Amino acid sequence: MPQQLIQFKESASQTAGPYVHIGCTPNFAEISGVYEEDLGTRMLIGDAKGERLTIKGRILDGTGTPLKDALVEIWQADSKGLYNSPSEMRGSSDPHFTGFGRCATDMASGEFSFETVKPGRVPFPDGRLMAPHVTFWIVARGINIGLHTRMYFSDEAGANGEDPVLARIEHRHRVDTLIGKREGDVVTFDIHLQGDNETVFFDI
Amino acid sequence: MSNRKPETGAFFQRDRAWQPDAYTPWYKTSVLRSPEKALLSLGNTLSEMTGPVFGHDLLGELDDDLIHNFAKPGESAIGPRIIVHGRILDERGKGVAGALLEFWQANAGGRYRHKKEGYVAALDPNFGGCGRTITDEDGYYSFRTIRPGPYPWPNGVNDWRPAHIHFSVFGHGFAQRLITQMYFEGDPLIPLCPIIKTISDPAAIDQLIAPLDMANTIPMDASAYKFDIVLRGRRSTMFENRMEGN
Ligand SMILES: [Fe+3]
Repeated sequence: MPQQLIQFKESASQTAGPYVHIGCTPNFAEISGVYEEDLGTRMLIGDAKGERLTIKGRILDGTGTPLKDALVEIWQADSKGLYNSPSEMRGSSDPHFTGFGRCATDMASGEFSFETVKPGRVPFPDGRLMAPHVTFWIVARGINIGLHTRMYFSDEAGANGEDPVLARIEHRHRVDTLIGKREGDVVTFDIHLQGDNETVFFDI
Repeated sequence: MSNRKPETGAFFQRDRAWQPDAYTPWYKTSVLRSPEKALLSLGNTLSEMTGPVFGHDLLGELDDDLIHNFAKPGESAIGPRIIVHGRILDERGKGVAGALLEFWQANAGGRYRHKKEGYVAALDPNFGGCGRTITDEDGYYSFRTIRPGPYPWPNGVNDWRPAHIHFSVFGHGFAQRLITQMYFEGDPLIPLCPIIKTISDPAAIDQLIAPLDMANTIPMDASAYKFDIVLRGRRSTMFENRMEGN
């Protein structure tokens, strides 16, 4: 037998379960005194550059009921389009912006909410610029493997129209499932797990 | 921290046949929470190849000690004391340095410290159930806890979870993000569990079962279980496509 190409298989995912908050947002779960603050609570550290926005929304199941036990994580570039990551080779991102947010959906309303800045444009591998977007990752009881999606901005129609990722969506009416609706400083992004309005999820 | 060059290549495609499907009706909650349309396949962009990396300054002194991190001074959590340790690797076998691991679990009686938990088993006043650590240069980690108990849950009329510890892992790119569970060698509830049965390949299930590791047991203190986790590998970037003139 020749040598093996890949030595190991990625560990299989298992659902985050109903008690994901104990591990990921213990203060939210009323387990206080272990961590000072839940990870990903603050994306802005002091004077972050760029346009301040609140991103909020809900995650809806196949009956349209909001999930009240989900955990949402977002990851985005700073206002200049740079990521706060060692793999970012194009420059140093804004030291006052983490780029990472984590939020448990509210146990009564199912709403998540992030205080952030509007991301700048980031190049696609071929050099074309993608439209401003925020990467979402969703886990919850009943979700066997975390769901990846993206939110774009309704006030960026021009950039969205030339975005190479949105261009990949065959059924054009589904593009709208990835557009956060901006009103003033608030962007609303509801995520539909199933149904006619099912959000486009990615295998990345 | 490291002399290694940061990795900037795209991740290997995820093997969706090895990973659980979204729709697994024997795990009932998945029925209304599983996307029905095909996922959109997308080569990695910078948005997925980058990811948050956390520094050791995040960690408190007892974050990796669930026996003591919620206990009153001088007291400790009840239950069999164990060390859980292993490596975070990628599919190429490289250790993933600086990976943040968060873990959570039920107490020795199978009870979680959570508002929505309805199991009659007693809470342990000295056990919170969460901890975290960051891997070293070789991708190695370890933490101390008590062995969690199995617990019943509402799915079928009599379904029980085998003893398990939940793990959340941040590697170096957001595309590597993973949540999984560790099971204990020899637990007879493993083959009966509807959540484990969301994984169809027996080898993928075996990969989530930690063996008893007598060599790393601390005599007269704690037994040890070894649990390695594998994250997606990524391409070497040496000959990655580049824009002309770049
Ligand atoms: Fe559990």
